Amino acid sequence: MEGVEASEKVKRTTPRLCSLCNQRKAALRRPKTLEQICRECFYNVFEDEIHRVIVENNLFKPGDRIAIGASGGKDSTVLAYVLSELNKRHNYGLDLFLLSIDEGITGYRDDSLETVKRNEIQYGLPLKIVSYKELYQWTMDEIVKAIGLKNNCTFCGVFRRQALDRGAALIQADKIVTGHNADDIAETVLLNILRGDIARLSRCTSITTGEDGPIPRCKPFKYTYEKEIVMYAYFKKLDYFSTECIYSPNAYRGFAREFIKDLERIRPRAILDIIRSGEDFRISTTTRMPEQGTCQQCGYISSQKLCKACVLLEGLNRGLPKLGIGRKKVCSGEDQVQSKRHLENKALSFHGKHGNVEWKR
Amino acid sequence: MAVCGSACGSNCVPKDTEGEEGERLKRLSLEEESSVRRCTKCAEEEARKECNGLCAGCFRAYLYGKFKLAVTSNAMISPTDKVLVAFSGGPSSRVALEFIHEMQSKALACWDASNSQALPVFTVGVVFMEECNISDELSDQADDVIAQIRSIVSGLSPPSKDLHIVPMESLFSSDLRKLVGSINDATGREDFVRHLRMLSLQRVAFEFGYNKLVLGLSASGIARHVLSATVKGQGYSLPADMQYVDTRWKAPVVLPIRDCLEQELVTLCNLESLKHVQVHDKPCTSINGLVSSFIARLREDNSSREHTILRTAGKLKPFNFNKFSSNQYEYVPSRLRPKFQFIETGEPESPEVLCPICTSPLTATELATTRCSQQMKGLNIKEMEAFYLSCCQSCHFQILPKEETSMSCDGFF
Repeated sequence: MEGVEASEKVKRTTPRLCSLCNQRKAALRRPKTLEQICRECFYNVFEDEIHRVIVENNLFKPGDRIAIGASGGKDSTVLAYVLSELNKRHNYGLDLFLLSIDEGITGYRDDSLETVKRNEIQYGLPLKIVSYKELYQWTMDEIVKAIGLKNNCTFCGVFRRQALDRGAALIQADKIVTGHNADDIAETVLLNILRGDIARLSRCTSITTGEDGPIPRCKPFKYTYEKEIVMYAYFKKLDYFSTECIYSPNAYRGFAREFIKDLERIRPRAILDIIRSGEDFRISTTTRMPEQGTCQQCGYISSQKLCKACVLLEGLNRGLPKLGIGRKKVCSGEDQVQSKRHLENKALSFHGKHGNVEWKR
Repeated sequence: MAVCGSACGSNCVPKDTEGEEGERLKRLSLEEESSVRRCTKCAEEEARKECNGLCAGCFRAYLYGKFKLAVTSNAMISPTDKVLVAFSGGPSSRVALEFIHEMQSKALACWDASNSQALPVFTVGVVFMEECNISDELSDQADDVIAQIRSIVSGLSPPSKDLHIVPMESLFSSDLRKLVGSINDATGREDFVRHLRMLSLQRVAFEFGYNKLVLGLSASGIARHVLSATVKGQGYSLPADMQYVDTRWKAPVVLPIRDCLEQELVTLCNLESLKHVQVHDKPCTSINGLVSSFIARLREDNSSREHTILRTAGKLKPFNFNKFSSNQYEYVPSRLRPKFQFIETGEPESPEVLCPICTSPLTATELATTRCSQQMKGLNIKEMEAFYLSCCQSCHFQILPKEETSMSCDGFF
C-alpha cells in the first residue's frame, strides 16, 4: 500500500515529458494538436511541416529569385527566418530578398520599417523598399484624411498588391512569397462567403496564385497556425513589430477574426477544416465568373476595363472618395428593393420633377 | 418648379406652391408629420415597421408568394402525393404547416368546383418527433409542448390532418440515450441527433405511406448550415442539404420556405397570431451554437447578410440527387415541363457514395483512402473496421469513438 502511494506521489511531482521525443521536459502545448512538447521538438515540427508544404506543392525550383513580402510583423519576420534556414538546410538553391512596402502611415509603418532594416542585417538578406508616395503620389495618411476610416483598408490592400508586384519586378524576382497564415486564409474563406464573392472564394485557398501572370506569389504558411508563428517567434526571440495598424479597427475582417478565435478554442482543427472546405467547394458551371484581362490604363491584370488601383486613384485625384467602393449603380431585383427600402428609411425626401427636395421634420 | 437640392439648409419653399401642387405638398407634409407611412406595395394600408415597409397583408402575400414559387418551380408537390410535414412547433415549421395547409385548402376548393375532378388533391400529415429522452431536455416541458402541438394541428380548418407524435427511441432497437451520451464531442452529439431525426422522420413516412417529407428549413437555417458545414470541413457536401429537393431518401425531402428569413417567419407568426411553441435556448458550447450567435451578430450589422450567404452557397454545384427523376414530373403543366426535362439530358454522373451516418457524399480523397485501406486489409477486414472506413472525415472526428470499440449499435445502420 505504502509503495503504491509513494509512487503516486512521485508521478505527480515528475514533470511531464515531451510526447514526441519522450526525453526532454514538455515546455509548451502545441496550438494545432494540443500536444505537450519540448521546445526543440516544436522547432522541428514547425519547420518540418513548412518544408513538406514547400516540397509537396513544388513552390520553388533551384535558382529562383524570391521576394519575401516583409512588413516587419511576426508573419513576415518568421517567414524570412524560416525560409532562410530551410534554404540552407535543404539546399533549395534560392536567392532570397526582402521586399517592403511603405504605405506612409506615420507612427506605424515608419516604426515597422525600422524592424525590417534590422532584419536585413540580422538575416543577411538584401532589402528593397517601395513606397505608395513614389508609386501613387498618395500616402495612407493622406488617403485617410481624404476618405475617412470606413474604406481605407480597401485602398491599402489594392495598392499594396500592385506595389509588391512592381517592387518584385524592380529586383527581377521570379516569385513573391507572403506570410499569409492558416488563420488569414480561413478568415478570407469566411469573408468571401459572407460577401457573396464566389470568384474570390474559388481562388483564395490556392497556395500559389498568378501563375499565368508575370510574377506568381505563394503562401508557404498556408497550413501554419498564427498562434504557432507567435510562439516560434517568441521562443526564438525573433525581432518583430507587434502593433496593429492604427487605421484597422473598423475592418470587416474583424468579425471573421473574432469568430475564428472563438472557434479555435472549441476545436483547434477547425481552422484547417475551413481551408479544406474552401479547397473542396465546386462552383456551379452556370455561375458567371469574371474573365481576366488587362487594365487599359496601366496594363496590370484586371477583370474590368480599368484595374481597381486605377479606379481608386482616379477617385482620390478627382475628390470622389466613393469611386470604386460598393456596388455599381446598375442593379437588379433584390438590390433595387434594398436600396429603395434604404431610401425609405433614411431622411424624408420628396422626389420632385427636377430633383430632390428634403423636408425637415 | 425652382429647386435648391438637398444642400439647401434653409426651409425655403418654391415660389409657385399655390394651387394643386401646393395642396399635395401640404397634405404630404401633414401626413409625414403624423408619421403615417404607407405600404410601399399597395400604398393603401399602413406600413408595419417590422414588415420592411409593407402592410401586414402585402407582407403575408410576399412570403406566401415565395413559398408558392418554390413549390411550383421545383414541382415539389404532385396531386397524388401524401405529404408529411415535420413540425417542431417552432415558428418556421409553423409557417410551413400553415402555407401547406392553405395550398391544400385552395386545391380542394378548386377540386370541389371543377366538373371533371380528374386530378386528386394531395393529402397532408404532420409529425412531431419527441426527443426529450435522448438529449438532456427538461421532460416536464415535453407534455406541455405536446399538448400545444395537438391543439395547433387540430385547430387547423378542414381538411383534417393526421398527427403523429413519435418518441424517437421507439423507432430504434438500441439504447439511444446511451449511444448519444457516448459521443464525447458536443457538436458531434448535436449533429448525430440531427441525423437520427432525419432517419426517424423517414421511418415514420415509410410506416404511414407518405411519399414526401416537408421540412420548415428557412433561409436563416440554411445560412447557419452553410457556415457550420464550412467550419467542419464539409465544403464538398455542403450543397447537398440546402437545395429545394433532396432525393437521397425514400421519401424525398423538400424545403418550400427555403427563401424566407427566420425573422420574417417570426413576424408573420406574431401578425397572424399563429400559435407556435417557444423553444428555450439552452446555452450552447458547440460549434453550431457559436455559428448561431455569429450569424445573429452579423444580422444586427446587416439584415440581408443571411440572404447573401444563401446566394453564395447557391452558386455551388448541387448533386444529381438534388432533383427529381423524370417520372416525377408527370403532373407538371406542359409549358413548364421542358425546364425539368432539360436537366435530364445532361451527361450522366456516377452516383455519389454516401457516408452511412450523415449521408453526405464522400470526397474523392475520402473515397481513395477508403478503397486503399479496404484493398490493404482485404478479407481480413472486420465489420466494424469496414464501417469506420466508409464514414466521412467529419463523422470520423466528431461522432465515432477514437478506438474501434464495439458500439451498442450493431446493425444500426
